[in-house]
Amino acid sequence: MAQFINTLFNALSLSSIILLTSLGLAVTFGLMRVINMAHGEFVMLGAYTTYAVQNLFSAVFPKSIQPLYYFAAIPAAFAAAFALGSLLEFLVISRLYKRVVDSLLATWGISLILQQAARSIFGTQGVNVTAPPFLQGGISIGGCTFSYNRIFIMVLVGICLFAVYLVMYKSGFGKQMRAVMQNRAMAQCMGINSRMVDNVTFAIGSGLAGIAGCSVALLGSVDSTVGQNYIVNAFMAVVLGGVGKLLGTVLGSSIIGSASIFAENYTSSSIAKAIVLLIVIVFLQKRPQGFFVIKNRSLDE
Amino acid sequence: MKKSGLKFILAAVAGAVFVSGLSGCTKTSSQADASTVKVGLLHSLTGAMAISEKSVRDAEVLAIEEINAAGGVFGKKIEYVEEDGASEPSTFATKAEKLINSDKVATVFGCWTSSSRKAVKPVFEEYGALLWYPVQYEGMESSPNIIYTGAAPNQQIVPAIEYLIEKGYKKFFLLGSDYVFPRTANMIISAQVKASGLEIVGEEYASMDQTDFAAIISKIEAAKPDVIINTLNGTGNVSFFKQMAEKNHSSDDYMTMSFSIAEEEVATIGADILKGHMVCWNYYQTTDTERNKAFVKAYKEKFGENRVTSDPAEAAYDAVYLWKAACEKANSFEVNKVLEAIKSGGISFDAPEGKVEINGENHHLAKTVRIGVVDAGGLINEVYATPKPVEPDPYLKTYDWAVAAGVQPLE
Repeated sequence: MAQFINTLFNALSLSSIILLTSLGLAVTFGLMRVINMAHGEFVMLGAYTTYAVQNLFSAVFPKSIQPLYYFAAIPAAFAAAFALGSLLEFLVISRLYKRVVDSLLATWGISLILQQAARSIFGTQGVNVTAPPFLQGGISIGGCTFSYNRIFIMVLVGICLFAVYLVMYKSGFGKQMRAVMQNRAMAQCMGINSRMVDNVTFAIGSGLAGIAGCSVALLGSVDSTVGQNYIVNAFMAVVLGGVGKLLGTVLGSSIIGSASIFAENYTSSSIAKAIVLLIVIVFLQKRPQGFFVIKNRSLDE
Repeated sequence: MKKSGLKFILAAVAGAVFVSGLSGCTKTSSQADASTVKVGLLHSLTGAMAISEKSVRDAEVLAIEEINAAGGVFGKKIEYVEEDGASEPSTFATKAEKLINSDKVATVFGCWTSSSRKAVKPVFEEYGALLWYPVQYEGMESSPNIIYTGAAPNQQIVPAIEYLIEKGYKKFFLLGSDYVFPRTANMIISAQVKASGLEIVGEEYASMDQTDFAAIISKIEAAKPDVIINTLNGTGNVSFFKQMAEKNHSSDDYMTMSFSIAEEEVATIGADILKGHMVCWNYYQTTDTERNKAFVKAYKEKFGENRVTSDPAEAAYDAVYLWKAACEKANSFEVNKVLEAIKSGGISFDAPEGKVEINGENHHLAKTVRIGVVDAGGLINEVYATPKPVEPDPYLKTYDWAVAAGVQPLE
């Protein structure tokens, strides 16, 4: 029983990490249809921002406040990734809408540039981000240990999900955003500034990746390739869930996360990866558009 | 998974463009002329292995500059040509061929992972060139064109397991990255542990880019080992130890013995997490020799006070000096003559780890073996050392249990 609960917790935890890294992609790829190969580098930017904020706190503030750096790091990571996302959209992406292959190549180039920039600034050696004391270790209940850090990530992903839901479905801006994504010409006729909407939407998606970077910094190494390790799962989760639907991404992440953990429990890690890929392929054979499909009237899709 | 879908196609197209673009900006220390001799440095400066290989590359540069400052190799200054293997064995092979063929280097210092060494080995053998390989590895190899300055298995893995058995550890869990070194190392360890009548309670491999170790950790918890033999390499170590710590595990309940964690890796993972865990190498920054004090001082002066020296870095530093000694004995830079000089024996260097000497038969070094424990300050302190250097035996021919178990190379 304890073994099973432990596995369930691990599955939930991995799903939440995948969801956190794919939430931003659900916006930029899911809504805007930009295949952003540099998404992983926004995760990396978030992780390095966390490192920078940690160092800033230990240099400037007294010891008693230092552990709070993490709460400052989350909005800082969001802000840094948001700003870079906005800039990138303005300079590059905005010129490549509707040109899928071009934007794919361009963002891949950007991904390489950002990785090299990280290497030049922080060195090729990974940097050490230390978890604040209240996130170190875990709580043991009846033979299972639930790590504080992983519980925190689950809460964080819940908050992010709720915030994205509010922005997308309950705010005026969200209405404009959905209008632009569904029928750009009509939205423009209604007086919506579609350029501004594109820019902010892309920046929000990038900012979410920054928050993801903040949390994965506590789980593993922070180096220039950190984003690359997460991007494939993120794309799979979005595609599996159905492009354009938030709930689809949640389901997609859960399936990939749980399948990985359960398969790995009974086999080895490389076989588990193959099994997950197989599940995704078989599923997409049955439902090529993923779990959820947005119904619209255009004939070209 | 990494090579799924779009990214793979893209990587193929853009990779070709990128690689051809890169070769244009090779770094050369100065222009070639008759008063210099060219050598190649071939390490991963990007990718998952960069975290480790940077220190090795830096140690080689330090040795080259020291030799140049002292007048070079019989009057000729060494200049180095540097290439990036990018943590990708196929890139290593391409760059090795470029160094030998286009740059006409006298020798190459390079590689870290066994997969990269296996990838360049046929290149060096085909061209009759010479490679100095500075990292401890799984053994079962003795190329006429490679000098191995790191430990053979009987100079690291075997004595470490002997030490653990002597200390009363009975149940072993084997954890490694999924490539040739951990798999061969674990084959050797299995044979050795079973020959002592003890038990292997689990064996797991993680891919190089794995970030989540939750499933592996629960398998370890279920197996309840006395000690985990860790052959993870690169960034996997950081994820594994951080995620062990978040499960409240430390060296008190799960002792580990690591073969790929040196001072550099301790700094990245965090000394508070690694404190008390064991490692086995031939050299630590704290190794108490006069030569080492000078080496550590020079290394820190050149690359920064916060940098640390490590076993592979020291072995790479030794490699450059040993090559110099071999050239001087041969009175030539020609690979054939240098190899002849090495074969005749007696090429030695008073290294930071103590005197090392190349075994002319199998191209490995005689080295002292040291077990160390990580301290809270991030340094590694020796708790045991062999009384004298151990002769290299890459094929474990002198160990009855290895011969009986038929331990052999994995290709």
